[in-house]
Amino acid sequence: MLRIPCPWCGLRDEVEFRYRGAMLARPAAAAGIEAFTRFVYARANPAGWHTEWWLHVAGCRRLLIVRRHTLTHAIESARDALDAPAEPAP
Amino acid sequence: MPAPPPAPRRRSTAPPYSLWRLLREGLRAQAGWPRAWRAAAPRERYQVVIVGGGGHGLATAFYLASEYGIHDVAVIERGPIGLGNVGRNTTIVRSNYFHPANIRFYDYSLRLWEGLEQRLNFNTMVSQRGTLNLFHTEAQRDLFTRRANQMRLLGVDAEVLSREAVQARVPLVDLDNGRFPVLGGFLQPRGGTVRHDAVAWGYARAASALGVDIIEHCPVTGIRCAGGRALGVETARGFIAADTVCLAVAGHSSRLAAMAGLTLPIETHVLQAFVTEGLKPLLDVVLTYGAGHFYVSQSDKGGLVFGGAIDGYNSYAQRGALPMVEEVTAAAVTLLPALAPVKVLRQWGGVMDMTMDGSPLISPTPLAGLVLNGGWCYGGFKAIPAGGLTTAHLIATGTPHPLAAHLCLDRFARGCTVDERGAGPYPYAH
Repeated sequence: MLRIPCPWCGLRDEVEFRYRGAMLARPAAAAGIEAFTRFVYARANPAGWHTEWWLHVAGCRRLLIVRRHTLTHAIESARDALDAPAEPAP
Repeated sequence: MPAPPPAPRRRSTAPPYSLWRLLREGLRAQAGWPRAWRAAAPRERYQVVIVGGGGHGLATAFYLASEYGIHDVAVIERGPIGLGNVGRNTTIVRSNYFHPANIRFYDYSLRLWEGLEQRLNFNTMVSQRGTLNLFHTEAQRDLFTRRANQMRLLGVDAEVLSREAVQARVPLVDLDNGRFPVLGGFLQPRGGTVRHDAVAWGYARAASALGVDIIEHCPVTGIRCAGGRALGVETARGFIAADTVCLAVAGHSSRLAAMAGLTLPIETHVLQAFVTEGLKPLLDVVLTYGAGHFYVSQSDKGGLVFGGAIDGYNSYAQRGALPMVEEVTAAAVTLLPALAPVKVLRQWGGVMDMTMDGSPLISPTPLAGLVLNGGWCYGGFKAIPAGGLTTAHLIATGTPHPLAAHLCLDRFARGCTVDERGAGPYPYAH
């Protein structure tokens, strides 16, 4: 069981959240088809630290940015999505 | 659809397995069995190097040697063969897909399973006990009926069973469940189970007999590339050059592809499986619940082998978490209340390449001399024979096999995704 430290609700079980995948920045509207193809489909998929979206559906309903290790499942941080810029697609 | 190819000529001098040899060794204290496959040391160069000694890697090597006359092949595996996903699945084989190209591909695989034991001279315990998917709503009934019709149009067996027929077939099912009553079922009689470990061992033995080197305990540390071409692999036991490098490492495809500078449309997720204590025979079909993600069959030892959905977030840990254990076991006792007192003996996890459309990849890559077999989501086991054969075809001829042409890597950029469920580009939704 992951326990995610929600900045609004405190330490909560993963069943309260919905996973929304790798945190990636949406390209600018004029960025072109290749940039959007990478944004929709390409994933770095690291075996290590991963920055990802989690939606606290059964809590504050805020979208969070969680930094989590994909081998150990350790969680380094959880921030509100408005507090941090997203990363570009790989 | 093309007919399965005939049996190859063996190069091995070891006598084949037979009833006569079983009797002979039984009288000689089982002392005369040689190793099933040679313990090979890596050579400096091969025509084809296959990274990954799982089901797909070993099957690719076998079909390269047996169908395409390419015997200068090495399969390299970081540990002993058979300890990855080929030994971690729930052993189900079926071809009850929806997309016509997928039905053709998976049914070709099923037909190869049907003749595999004779082909490999190995008892892989192919058991066509049928796969039965239950439906619980009228919409679900219509979808399964459409799927059955689609399959029958392509010459594949499928039947829609009434509620009474489901009851007669599996009396354990709680048909009148208060929340999810069963309306009927969707049966593929030719579906069933195969002994998973034996698939790895059987392909390894048959490939080795045809001259393939199976190199265990040889982790790959890099892929050497120059001028847009893969030249070979760096391993813990030195550099191995190859005309073609094939990656067959589902679960870890992204990591290997990154060694060649490629980014794939894949996320790695963990899927759990479970087995109960041994029980007397009570389930003679592979049963799938329609109101939750749960599938179950009974092994020949008597244990119920079952599983559910992926845990739902990126993970390379070969173990799962408790929320999915609870969800799967809740589905089990909702569908089959008689299972409530049964004890679960073991639970384990395997890591899956989850692609962005839920369909696999058998494809050339932007690098010349680098071929990819991966992205199997959690359906790779049933596809082993066809996956191996079509990957061997791609390596030997340089062109995709007609049955697997839709599984190319560039389908995402071209907008030709093969999304069975219409779930969109979300790996955790497939």
